[in-house]
Amino acid sequence: MRSSTPFREALRTFRRTPLLSALSVASIGFSLFTIGLFALVALNFRHSLQNLAERVEVVAFVLRGTPTETITAASQDVQAFPEVLEVRYVNEEQALSRARQELVEFKDAYRDLEANPLPASLELRLKPEFRDARSAQAVAERLRGFPFVDDVRFGRDWVQRLDRLRNLAALVGLIIGLAFAIVAVVIIGVTIRITVLQRATEIAIMRLVGATNQYIRGPFLLEGALKGVLGGLLAVLMCWVMYAVFRRTASEVASGVVFFGATAIAIGLVFGTLIGLLGSLLSVGRHLKNV
Amino acid sequence: MIRFQHVSKTYPNGVEALRDVSFHIAKGQFVFLTGHSGAGKSSILSLILAEHRPTAGDVRVSGFPVGKLTANQVPRLRRKLGIVFQDFRLLEYRTVEENVAFALEVTGARREGMASRVMRVLTRVGLASKAHVYPKELSGGEQQRVAIARALVNDPPIFIADEPTGNLDERATRGIFQLLQQINGGGTVVVMATHNLALVRDTGYRVLELKGGQVVYDSAQEAGGTA
Repeated sequence: MRSSTPFREALRTFRRTPLLSALSVASIGFSLFTIGLFALVALNFRHSLQNLAERVEVVAFVLRGTPTETITAASQDVQAFPEVLEVRYVNEEQALSRARQELVEFKDAYRDLEANPLPASLELRLKPEFRDARSAQAVAERLRGFPFVDDVRFGRDWVQRLDRLRNLAALVGLIIGLAFAIVAVVIIGVTIRITVLQRATEIAIMRLVGATNQYIRGPFLLEGALKGVLGGLLAVLMCWVMYAVFRRTASEVASGVVFFGATAIAIGLVFGTLIGLLGSLLSVGRHLKNV
Repeated sequence: MIRFQHVSKTYPNGVEALRDVSFHIAKGQFVFLTGHSGAGKSSILSLILAEHRPTAGDVRVSGFPVGKLTANQVPRLRRKLGIVFQDFRLLEYRTVEENVAFALEVTGARREGMASRVMRVLTRVGLASKAHVYPKELSGGEQQRVAIARALVNDPPIFIADEPTGNLDERATRGIFQLLQQINGGGTVVVMATHNLALVRDTGYRVLELKGGQVVYDSAQEAGGTA
């Protein structure tokens, strides 16, 4: 005689009603797929914002005639700022040769110069978590405190715009992501509810022979979790197919497009499982209350 | 074992199913609940099963106060009851054996010894040879025996049978009734709701007759009885 465990019970449901089970896994899969697709867009958007943020740089121009030792000493202090990733000293000659290289239109003008008009500078790159307007501003203020610093620039408008873009992206992402998640919970709840209703007789019998609500709930929760995780796998698969198709058809623009990392996929599957659990908890709970 | 004291039951839709019903069923008794449909038999049974709560009065079943049970206590009460219905209520995709074991599993009984307990009770109802058969392959009388085995497997002190022979032919009815008599012979209280007056007659068991939600006849009191 095979004794029943919640796990076996859950599997039994899959065996008994393969079509309904497949259908609910598919609907969970599709609702998670919409979330996944959205997350993929959000991920790539963030990725390109990060690439943009790479360019957040603070430049301190040095007063003419400052001894190199003073600057070298100071650049060590600057390197010690918590926000600073890297400090590069660019002396006057380097500045000029770089200008000649980069500003080709003014090549002649630079060639005919008798004296080098360009100042030396310290170029700072910030750590990724500090690439925002407020940190750049703070670093700039501190740099102005050095007596040999003439002027500090960090492209304030540009950094502020980047900040706003980031906040907006996070907000939109949160709202749409949440909306999709709620829709997914509802869909999963409905599909689990169909199974619950289909098994109403069995639940009634369970109650009559003295099963506790926890006992009755067990297999359904497991079933929900199982469907959630299968749906999650399906969603990851579909997202990957979309990603692959996009890369192939739009290869020029798609070169920088990224896919989820292992952690993100794991989080997605856990999320699917939780949604499955929540959906079945809600629908079974409602049913048990009504019986 | 079962005591009703001035029990009334009015359903949320306004139907007054029981009015001031009092009776006491002592240990070891076999009691018929009779009366037409709507007389209140089902309401009495559903109060005993704690499916509903009394609107007024007190219902005690095996010491449990039905009116005051919490959701967690209801399963405990039900494990003291063996219950069979007219429509058997078997799980059709489980074998006979699994249907009986089901009642043990839901109570969290230990796995070892489960199979032998199930076989013992199947032997008792005469179905040991059909342990691996599915309910659909059985006759109505056999299905009811499976239901009885399921109800008995937890050794309940009280056995409730709601029209257990309602769907059965005469021969099967007699068989089921004999089985219930044997169960009662072991000291178990048996409460059987039935329309079948031929069955009730001449058995000498106590009869509670209901009409319009009231007990109109109690053979125990007629006899100057024990109740």
